Amino acid sequence: MAGVLTITTMIAGFLLGYVYRSTAEARDKASSDKLVGAISQVVSGFDNDPVSSKTTVTAGSSQITIYPATHDGRLIGCAAESSSDNGFSGKITIVAGFDPDGNILGYEVTSHAETPGLGAKMNDWFRGTGSRSVIGRNPSSRPLKVSKDGGEVDGITAATISSRAFLEALNIASEGAMTYFRQSTENK
Amino acid sequence: MNFFKTIYHSAVLENPTFVLLLGMCPTLGTTSSAINGMSMGLATTGVLICSNAAISGIKNLVPDKVRIPVYIVVIATFVTLLQMLLQAYAPALNDSLGIFIPLIVVNCILLGRAEAFASRHNVASSVADGIGSGLGFTVARTLLGACRELLGSGSIASLSIYPESWGALLFILAPGAFIMLGFLIAIYRYLQAKSTKKHSA
Repeated sequence: MAGVLTITTMIAGFLLGYVYRSTAEARDKASSDKLVGAISQVVSGFDNDPVSSKTTVTAGSSQITIYPATHDGRLIGCAAESSSDNGFSGKITIVAGFDPDGNILGYEVTSHAETPGLGAKMNDWFRGTGSRSVIGRNPSSRPLKVSKDGGEVDGITAATISSRAFLEALNIASEGAMTYFRQSTENK
Repeated sequence: MNFFKTIYHSAVLENPTFVLLLGMCPTLGTTSSAINGMSMGLATTGVLICSNAAISGIKNLVPDKVRIPVYIVVIATFVTLLQMLLQAYAPALNDSLGIFIPLIVVNCILLGRAEAFASRHNVASSVADGIGSGLGFTVARTLLGACRELLGSGSIASLSIYPESWGALLFILAPGAFIMLGFLIAIYRYLQAKSTKKHSA
């Protein structure tokens, strides 16, 4: 009886180990492809490799990963990866692109567990028209807030918690990006 | 029972969602749109076919007392394999299904079919039952997802039918899932009763 159970778990273990190892490379590649894809979505026109020149800065209490984007050696912006733990169901991770003035060029939600059909709409919603959109806004002068909290961004209908968390991550990303821009001009 | 009869039996007469009422948690939780409903259904079907085949293959080797833990190990193994393969070769699909892939392990349909069918039939019939139950589950979920999406956000499979602001948000949320499922089960039962009457007449 115990023997059968042991043998079953052993076979299962070996099988899982084998597939885990043989797909490790493909899985790593898939996640790095996703990152590179997200970076080129949010900042465009760079000719360097932002992933290999990545650096981290401290913004508030969190560490933000910055992917600098340069063209002919001139800094044209950066992509900042940040997250918020205040989503409706846990962590929301985004990559946002900023130009050197701190204007939002684009964003991409890379991982989240929000409700499908509600909070999960954030990857499209905040690119929408009018006051939904965060593109072109500059959180460094004034952090973004949803209109319910007296801000200027229209949150997702019935998903205010997700919207707040998304904007929180975006504000942190902006802080990180501005810190990075300041540091890189000081170093010159 | 031959292969296709088993498929029909498992998909229609013993439809997991509308007749057996198995696997209600993912049915209610991941059917806010037709696409979500279908992809989760297909993932479950894949695991169900594999686990049914494996369990039916080893049924004579497993003592009765440890059969449930053995079935769970088999099912969990297939689900984990599926997740690793999706992460490697279909990352977009893996992202959209998210947390629900690991939750296939605790879907009652898998253990239910293992216990009620695969442990008593040969491999071929068990595969047929896996296909039938899986398809029945997938079709039911797609239907439920399509109805909820249409009433809640005015579209089917992301194709807009009418403006989203006219939709009743209720149907995207959990209560709407219960209401819609109730209506669909009622319709299914009505049609089933009608067709049995016709047969016996």
